[in-house]
Amino acid sequence: MSYNCVVLIKQVPDTKRITGQAMNEDGTVNRAALPAIFNPEDLNALEMAIQIKDKFGGKVTVVTMGLPAAGRVLRESLFRGADDGVLVTDRRAAASDTLATSYILSCAVKKFNPDIVLCGRQAIDGDTAQVGPQCAEKLGMGQVTCVEELIDLKGKSVTARRATGHGWQEVRCKLPALLTVVDTANEPRVSGGKRLMKYKNARTPAEVAVETKAANAGADETTLKKLTEEACNKLKAKGLLIKQWDLDMIEADLKWCGRDGSPTKVHRIQSVVLTAKESKSVDPGEDGIRSMIRELIVDKTIA
Amino acid sequence: MIGVNRNGQVWVFAEQHHGKLEDTGLELMSKAKELAKTLNVQLGVVLVGSNIKTLGQTLVRYGADVVYLADHPLLEHYQTNSYTKVIFDLIHKYEPQICLFGATVTGRDLAPRIASATKAGLTADCTDLQIGEHQAGKDGPVHKNLLFQVRPAFGGNIIATIINYDRWPQMATVREGVMAMPVPDTSRKGEIIEIQVHLKADELPLEIIKEHRQDKKVNLKASRIIVAGGAGVGSKENFRLVWDLANALGGAPGATRAAIDLGFIDRDHQVGQTGTTVRPSLYIAVGISGAIQHQAGMQDSAKIIAINNDPEAPILSLAHYKIIGDLNDVVPRMIKAVKERA
Ligand SMILES: Cc1cc2nc3c(=O)[nH]c(=O)nc-3n(C[C@H](O)[C@H](O)[C@H](O)COP(=O)(O)OP(=O)(O)OC[C@H]3O[C@@H](n4cnc5c(N)ncnc54)[C@H](O)[C@@H]3O)c2cc1C
Ligand SMILES: Cc1cc2nc3c(=O)[nH]c(=O)nc-3n(C[C@H](O)[C@H](O)[C@H](O)COP(=O)(O)OP(=O)(O)OC[C@H]3O[C@@H](n4cnc5c(N)ncnc54)[C@H](O)[C@@H]3O)c2cc1C
Repeated sequence: MSYNCVVLIKQVPDTKRITGQAMNEDGTVNRAALPAIFNPEDLNALEMAIQIKDKFGGKVTVVTMGLPAAGRVLRESLFRGADDGVLVTDRRAAASDTLATSYILSCAVKKFNPDIVLCGRQAIDGDTAQVGPQCAEKLGMGQVTCVEELIDLKGKSVTARRATGHGWQEVRCKLPALLTVVDTANEPRVSGGKRLMKYKNARTPAEVAVETKAANAGADETTLKKLTEEACNKLKAKGLLIKQWDLDMIEADLKWCGRDGSPTKVHRIQSVVLTAKESKSVDPGEDGIRSMIRELIVDKTIA
Repeated sequence: MIGVNRNGQVWVFAEQHHGKLEDTGLELMSKAKELAKTLNVQLGVVLVGSNIKTLGQTLVRYGADVVYLADHPLLEHYQTNSYTKVIFDLIHKYEPQICLFGATVTGRDLAPRIASATKAGLTADCTDLQIGEHQAGKDGPVHKNLLFQVRPAFGGNIIATIINYDRWPQMATVREGVMAMPVPDTSRKGEIIEIQVHLKADELPLEIIKEHRQDKKVNLKASRIIVAGGAGVGSKENFRLVWDLANALGGAPGATRAAIDLGFIDRDHQVGQTGTTVRPSLYIAVGISGAIQHQAGMQDSAKIIAINNDPEAPILSLAHYKIIGDLNDVVPRMIKAVKERA
C-alpha cells in the first residue's frame, strides 16, 4: 500500500547566529539581519516522508505558511525529493499565534486528504512545539509526538518509537495520523544533482512577480501584471510553477485567522542581556584559587 | 472556549506515570498556589489515571484545595486523545481561569491538543508566571489581574511576556525546575471530586506496544553544586577532572551539549535549553563558551565560576568569579585547595 504524505515546513531566521547586529535598539530581534533557513527538524520530517515514499510508494507534498520568500524552502524540498509544494501566503494571516497558524495549515492540509502528516517537533524561532499537536486536533487525527524512529507502516496503521522524556515508547497509531519528528530520527539527505537541475527554476507566483519587477524597472503596473502572468504561464507549462494559495482558496474562516484568531498577545518583549551583578577576576595561580575557595567556604557556598 | 471568569480557579495538571507523581506538577503547584492567593480563588488540581485514588490525598497535602480525580482503566497509560477528552470536559464544566501544565514531553503533547479543542491560547515553556495588568493600545481598556506568561523564545535570545485577555482559560506549559518544590503538610484538608469518565476503547487511535522507562542517572536539579564541563575539556579521559572536582565538592557533574556530542559524558548530564534547567548555589563552568542555549539552563545559579582560556568567552560576562587560564592547570589547583580546605 502506498501513502500520501504531507510535510509542514517553516522558514525561520537562523537563531543560532544571533549577534549584536541582529538586535534592534528596543531589544527586539531584527529578523531581516538573520539568514533565513529551513527549520532544522522539518528537514528530518521531510526525510522521513521521502523514506516512506521510497519504501512504500506514494507522494510527498510540502506545505508552508509564510512570506513570499518562503518559496525557497519549497524549492529546497523539491531538490531533496518532494513531489509537490504549496505556499500559503496572505496578509490576513499575519500575527497568527499557534492556534491560528494550525487552523490555517489544517485548512490547507485538508485539500490533500493525506494518510500521514509530518512536522518538525519544534521551530527554532517561536520555539513552542505546539503547531503539530494543534494541527492534529483540527484535522481530527491521532498524533505521535517526538518520533525518533518510524518502525513500520502496515495497512491503516503506523508503528513508531517516540521519546517520552524518561525513556521511550513504541506505539501503534491508526491512520490518518500526524507525527512530529525530532532531530535524532535520521540524517536528512542532501539535494540530488539531477533534481537540482530540474527544479532550480521552479518559482511561486509571488517570486515571479518580484523577479519581473526587478527585471523591468520603470514599467507600469499593468505591464508588470501582464509580464508576470506570461512568465507564470511559461513556468506552469514546464511544471515549474509552485502552487500559491491565499486564505480564500483554502476556505479558511477569517474569524480564526491572523490577529483576530489569536488569543495570545504579546505584552512585552525583552532581549536577553545576561551579566553577573558583581564580578571578580581571579588570578589562575595557586594563591588566587586558594583565596577564592576560602571566600566560598566563609560565605557557606561550599560546606 | 470559555469566557472571562474572574471567579474561576487556578488549575494545575498533576502528571503521573504508573502511580508516581512527576516533580514538575508538584513544583508547579507552589507557583499556582501563589497565583490563586493573589486572585483570591482556590487551587484546583486535575489528576487523571487508573488506580490513583490514593494520590488525591497526597495532592491535598501539597496544597490542592480541590482535586478533580478521573480514575478509569482506559486512562492507565497516558494517551493524548483520552486525556484531552477528560480535561476538555472538565474545563467546560468548571470554567477555571488559569490552566497550567508542566512543560514535560507529556505536558507539551497534551496541552496544545486541549487548547486547540477549547480554542484557547496557550503559551509554551514558561519560565515565570505573574499576575499583572495590560492596556490594549493607548486608549484601550485596561485588563486587570491577567496571567503574565514569561517565556524565552528565538533560541533563548529574547524573553516574551504573553497575555490572553479575552478567550479563556489562560493556559501555559511551564518549564521544569524553575519553581521550588512545595513542602507537604499532612494536616491540610481539601475536597476530592471523583469524575465520571465515559470512554470507549475503540475511540482511541493509539496502542502502546512497549515502554522503556529510564530514570535519569543524575539528578542535577537536586544538586547544590554543579561542576559542568564543555568541549574545552578536550577528551573523555580529561573529563575526569570535572568528576574529581565535583566529587571533592560533593556536587554533581554537568555538561554542555557539545561535550555530550563529543562523547565525554552521558546525555543525562546536559544543562541548558534542551537539557535540564538548574539553579544551584554554585555552578562551575569548565571549558564552556557560554552559548545562549547553555546559559538558558544555568543563568539563575546563585554563584557562577567560569574557567576559560579565552578572555572573550561569553560565559565570563555571566560569572561572579572569572578565571582566565588553562583548565588543565586551574582545576587541579581547585581540587587541591578544596581538599585542603584552603
Ligand atoms: C517571541 C514569540 C513568542 C511566541 N510565543 C507564543 C506562544 O507562547 N504561544 C503561541 O500560541 N504562539 C506564540 N508565538 C507565535 C508563534 O511563534 C507563531 O504562531 C508561529 O507561526 C508558530 O509557532 P512556532 O514557531 O512555535 O512553531 P512550532 O509549534 O514550534 O512548530 C512545530 C512544527 O510545526 C510546523 N510549522 C510551524 N509553523 C509553520 C508554518 N508557518 N508553516 C508550515 N509549518 C509550520 C513545522 O513542521 C514545525 O517544525 C510566539 C511568537 C514570538 C515571536
Ligand atoms: C536548538 C539548540 C539547542 C541547544 N541546547 C543546548 C543545551 O541544552 N545545552 C548546551 O550546553 N548547549 C546546547 N546547544 C548547543 C550550544 O549552542 C553550544 O554549541 C554548546 O553549548 C557549546 O558547548 P561548549 O561551550 O562546551 O563548546 P564550545 O563553544 O566549543 O566552547 C569551548 C570553550 O572551551 C574553552 N577552552 C578550550 N580549551 C580550554 C582550556 N584548555 N582551558 C580553558 N578553556 C578552554 C574555549 O575557549 C571555549 O570557550 C543547543 C544548540 C541548539 C541549536
